Amino acid sequence: MRTLATARRILAQLRHDHQTVGLLIGVPTLMMVLLRYVFNDPAAFDRIGPMLLGVFPFAIMFVVTSVGTLRERTTGTLERLMTTPMGKLDFLLGYAVAFGLMALLQVAVVLTVSLTWLGLNVNGPLWALVLVALLDALLGMALGLLASAFARTEFQAVQLMPAFVLPQALLCGLFTARDQMGDVLSWTSDLLPLSYAVDGMKELGRSGGVSGTLVRDMGIVLAFTVVSLVAGAATLRRRTT
Amino acid sequence: MMSSAVNVVDLKVTRGGREVLHGLNFEVSRGAVVGLLGPSGCGKTTLMRALVGVQIVASGTVEVLGHPAGSRPLRTKVGYSTQNPAVYSDLTVKENLRYFGSVLGAPGSDVDRVIGEVGLTRQRDQVVGSLSGGQRSRASLAAALLGSPELLVLDEPTVGLDPLLRQDLWTMFHRLAAHGTTLIVSSHVMDEAARCERLLLMRDGLILTDGTPQALREVTGTDDLEEAFLRVITERQAS
Repeated sequence: MRTLATARRILAQLRHDHQTVGLLIGVPTLMMVLLRYVFNDPAAFDRIGPMLLGVFPFAIMFVVTSVGTLRERTTGTLERLMTTPMGKLDFLLGYAVAFGLMALLQVAVVLTVSLTWLGLNVNGPLWALVLVALLDALLGMALGLLASAFARTEFQAVQLMPAFVLPQALLCGLFTARDQMGDVLSWTSDLLPLSYAVDGMKELGRSGGVSGTLVRDMGIVLAFTVVSLVAGAATLRRRTT
Repeated sequence: MMSSAVNVVDLKVTRGGREVLHGLNFEVSRGAVVGLLGPSGCGKTTLMRALVGVQIVASGTVEVLGHPAGSRPLRTKVGYSTQNPAVYSDLTVKENLRYFGSVLGAPGSDVDRVIGEVGLTRQRDQVVGSLSGGQRSRASLAAALLGSPELLVLDEPTVGLDPLLRQDLWTMFHRLAAHGTTLIVSSHVMDEAARCERLLLMRDGLILTDGTPQALREVTGTDDLEEAFLRVITERQAS
């Protein structure tokens, strides 16, 4: 019940903030449009497009949640909640539900534009695309919650985005296939969650069904999400100095 | 026999490697209105944070309503309002209170009640970020009143309010106390001190005096509490 109350509250905050909602949905859509016409090559777009469908929800949810939770820490609302019966997991799951819904909306718009206007060809089933994008978004959200514990100001929180997201984006196979990297880079990429998020999308672009590799990749993404949420919960303290 | 509302024994708190509360002792009985006075930086806020259980304490015990401060049974019984309004600035007054109310499990009718008590009825559907500083802190105070807590810990709840509103709030505080609520209210304004039944004067992490405003006047031989405060401090420094 407190989880739902928290989710409702976050959605109400977003309702008052049309600009953020516009950016959440508009930016990835615009990027897809740009990408389509920058390449101007349907085959290349079919190769890169699905991978970006995995990166966008991840990166954007990371930023929004890390700044959002940091704001709760600095304005004292988190401290107020910690004096109430609110459980730490209630709080985190509330964020997960609210931003999960936002991610669904984002993915719906980006997918609609990509699959119709931009003519993106994806072989996998639509429901699987949405599910994988949602899991990627939740991964970004969970890492964002955890990362917010390492920032003391919003200025620092914004810097966390390049620190957490850019190396993962470079190593996830978007620019060079993961098996063509040097050994050290390839191993590093094996350790990073975004690699599996993007692998999943790539797999869906290529094969028509839901393969065992996809299920394994999504299992790994989910495991990373749960571990970050639990670690994030540990950084929410009822007592501070 | 009912336990006292607050029982603090030898409370020491260290912040940033420096001891900021040096072994405080006091007890507050239920239904009391206690004023916590002292200059900025004297440890008022730290003490209040210890009472609601969000402050890491170095040693000593803080017991509230018969339980260790901050423990589970207290989380619906203690209302806390911080100096900086801890409400969501991008939500309306009503949305804020509805959220905090549902977290506390307070009845739905509580939202309108507390909005009325702090005098924000006309601003209820306004986004908190668009309110004046005083209105914002009243919205935060309203959140502390949700669920009719048994102990209210209010850090400077009347800062920046016009005298009429301040009087209204103090009338409300006394009405709550008459119904058994215990209030601990910090302030650095002396004219508010006279409205408390008991005053704790703090300075540099110590309690300088503890008594009724009347007793303080008698001990120091002045009617002016500000002057009384000064005399207590100079007396301490001399000894």
